[in-house]
Amino acid sequence: MTEITDLDVRDGVDRETVETVQNMGSYKYGWNTEIEMDFAPKGVNEDIVRLISQKNEEPEWMTEWRLDAYRRWVTMSEPRWAMLNYPDIDYQDQYYYARPKSMEVKPKSLDEVDPTLLATYEKLGIPLKEQMILAGVEGAEETPAEARKVAVDAVFDSVSLGTTFKDELAKAGVIFCPISEAIREHPELVKKYLGSVVPQSDNFFATLNSAVFSDGSFVYVPPGVRCPMELSTYFRINAENTGQFERTLIIADKGSYVSYLEGCTAPKRDTHQLHAAVVEIVILEDAEVKYSTVQNWYPGDEEGKGGIYNFVTKRADCREARAKVMWTQVETGSAITWKYPSCILRGEEAQGEFYSIAIANNFQQADTGTKMIHLGRNTRSRIVSKGISAGQAQNTYRGLVSMHPRATNSRNYTQCDSLLIGDKCGAHTVPYIEVKNTSSRVEHEATTSKVDDDQLFYCRSRGMDEEEAVALVVNGFCREVLQALPMEFAMEAQSLVAISLEGSVG
Amino acid sequence: MSQVAVQTKDATPQQSVGAPKPADALQARLDALTLPKGGFTAAARADALVRLRGMGLPGPRDEYWRYTDPRPFNAAQPQPIPIAAKSPDSPLFTDLDRLVLIFVDGVFDAAASDDLSLAGLEIGTLAQADMQPDHWARGLYGTLETAGQKPVSRPFAALNTAAARDGVLIRVTGKPAKPVHILHRRASESADVIWHHVIRVEEGAELTLLETGMVGARSNGVLEVDLAKGAKLHHITAKRAGHQKLGISHLFARVEAEAQLKSFALSVNGTLMRHEGVIEIVGDDAVAHIAAAVLGDGDKGPFHHDDTVFITHAAENCESRQVFKKVLKNGAEGVFQGKILVKQGAQKTDGYQISQALLLDERSQFLAKPELEIYADDVKCSHGSTTGALDETALFYLRSRGVPKDRAIVFLVLSFLADALEEIEDEVLRGQINDRLEAWLTRRANSQ
Repeated sequence: MTEITDLDVRDGVDRETVETVQNMGSYKYGWNTEIEMDFAPKGVNEDIVRLISQKNEEPEWMTEWRLDAYRRWVTMSEPRWAMLNYPDIDYQDQYYYARPKSMEVKPKSLDEVDPTLLATYEKLGIPLKEQMILAGVEGAEETPAEARKVAVDAVFDSVSLGTTFKDELAKAGVIFCPISEAIREHPELVKKYLGSVVPQSDNFFATLNSAVFSDGSFVYVPPGVRCPMELSTYFRINAENTGQFERTLIIADKGSYVSYLEGCTAPKRDTHQLHAAVVEIVILEDAEVKYSTVQNWYPGDEEGKGGIYNFVTKRADCREARAKVMWTQVETGSAITWKYPSCILRGEEAQGEFYSIAIANNFQQADTGTKMIHLGRNTRSRIVSKGISAGQAQNTYRGLVSMHPRATNSRNYTQCDSLLIGDKCGAHTVPYIEVKNTSSRVEHEATTSKVDDDQLFYCRSRGMDEEEAVALVVNGFCREVLQALPMEFAMEAQSLVAISLEGSVG
Repeated sequence: MSQVAVQTKDATPQQSVGAPKPADALQARLDALTLPKGGFTAAARADALVRLRGMGLPGPRDEYWRYTDPRPFNAAQPQPIPIAAKSPDSPLFTDLDRLVLIFVDGVFDAAASDDLSLAGLEIGTLAQADMQPDHWARGLYGTLETAGQKPVSRPFAALNTAAARDGVLIRVTGKPAKPVHILHRRASESADVIWHHVIRVEEGAELTLLETGMVGARSNGVLEVDLAKGAKLHHITAKRAGHQKLGISHLFARVEAEAQLKSFALSVNGTLMRHEGVIEIVGDDAVAHIAAAVLGDGDKGPFHHDDTVFITHAAENCESRQVFKKVLKNGAEGVFQGKILVKQGAQKTDGYQISQALLLDERSQFLAKPELEIYADDVKCSHGSTTGALDETALFYLRSRGVPKDRAIVFLVLSFLADALEEIEDEVLRGQINDRLEAWLTRRANSQ
């Protein structure tokens, strides 16, 4: 890695970009935390489902809910329609529950958590002490400290270590806690909303998740409350041969607002690991949720060895009038990505937005996109997707825009652009457009191109090396999406774009 | 996608009790046909039958049949459709100098047709030629159809190769002085027509092929086109379909270096129509354009029109264009599934695809799946798809200039379709198609 000293900032190139480019390195989060773990036996069956439920001290109804899901899951088959090529997954050859030994007795607060675990998050740059701000946000000095606070839920393998700023959030009436805790403490909310957006038997991976999810985050923002800080969850897979199955449930009550960030990393390992998460968001009248993800699971090495299999179901239900959701994702990690964050626009004038950057390098494969399901009148949606393929990677945008007969006067605008770097990769676009009323307007545009030679030449003639130049051009290509990210993430995302493409040119 | 849908496709009810099993349905379908043994096509027909049994008939849950119900094509027999009284439109292209071949219920009518000799051409009919053990089309019949079965299987095309009774076999060796016009006529109310044409355009040769008329109560057509280096084919179809008519057709084309394929289809009405275009560009600097203008009106019964296109670029510096425009009214349904596949090494590809629908009322719908699959980096590929109503501002502008509303709508619809018609290179032919559309639209407007 190059030391950042005396940056020679050139004309027309902003300083951050040059820093970013110089700061390129390979996967930074690939180290492993040595810690004693408790594992449930390998494989999944009814006993394992009961065991997970029991470890989380869940009430009977929750155990039954899980078992119901499990019984459906055994009747389902794995979907293979995505443009993804991977060997069959042996669902019985991995651990479904792994918990650091020190978490056996639930710590009352983060202060009591094993220092080795806390050090893990420190090393990842995740602030678990409330006075800390997200690492790497040096550009944030001008912003008042209040606005920069980020509450964090830290999930380590199958358990949540705890959440920060609980008291301050509680004062505003916001509930932000591990979902395992919410099941015990707020059963009325969980019972009402869990599975109401992504039903137990929604799809193969979501159903598996419904049966075996071990932890995740729960957010409830009461009516009229603007959440006083950003909420975030940081997922870390650490243990070997262990799948992570987290479940997130966010409820934004009438007139509320919350911005939620999600980050994830995993150690470098030679074997593939499964991650099958479910995120459900319920948005009521006039409420707004912003959900941003920087997905940086271990992508596997240059030969395609190892990496996370990421099969995720994310869906937001804009249940009432003028509800609004905005998904922003930067997908740089994982060997396999199967992910379609969707918006159900049920309420009148509901709005859904989806901004995505998906980068696949080496042997990574991504099949990702969104669904905009317009059910209510005057609903609006916007999709901006930027796919970048390099090395021998395959990157597919798959999306659905559906205008139901009752969704009159609705609008959708979709733009999917693909960029290819190198002649051995692939970029694909598979949009489904279903328009069943006349007054709605749907527009879809897609382009595929390579990194523009003139732009590269320009950068090179200014003295940049080829990799720097490509990173700069790619950052420009992604700009619309990067701008949609909260500042804390935009910086990280920008540097990730460069890192992910390392070694893709020359 | 269906797995993550709100209303998942998996929720569709299981096959009702008593419905025939897929293999039985295929057997019943085959039993209703007389399968010709064939002469020079015998091997191809036998092979097609084996392949067909391997793939089976499509079901409503097949991804490739996501938006169109294949069951009416699976049925053993079509519903009889009365032969319509004479159309108020005069037949197309009659004032042009052309070589006319007439098919009645899919069978060549030599007496009604022109003499088949024309400089630069070798024309025969399938039924006639198939009495011989060998023929120039031997290496082609069913070959392009077979190649087009990957990666998506097209069972009705295999069925066609196995069961086709007649068709045209044209080998073009020069630049014939006039176009060849295939004119279809109906005689029986329940004809289930299977036609199969094979066209080979030799190096540097050119042909304009016109197809018009009415084909059976149900029809299944395959057109195999093999274009040698620098060859050109202009293909224009304007088949009239009765309101209850069912039709499926496949165009399989192989386009070699510097060759040009331009195919345009005009479609008005039909209960269920599916046209598949499967084009493989195998030589450098070749061009393939495929376009359609569709007017669908559900006033006299259901209207469902599906254009499914798969263009493969397997060579450098080639151009492909797909232009599909559909005007839909009274509950009409339009479908477009289009794909551009650019193989590794097919650098400098210029691939363009546009699918647009104009919905003239609240009940009509447009379902589109415009796909790109690209494995080469130095390419320019784009696709666009829009769906919407008539532009009220444009309508207001025309009306404020004193154009009556009906007339204004005709203008706007014609201008919407213009991009597709532009794909017809010949001005005279384009003009005739445009006039036909205008007459049709005006008559529809006046009849309301």
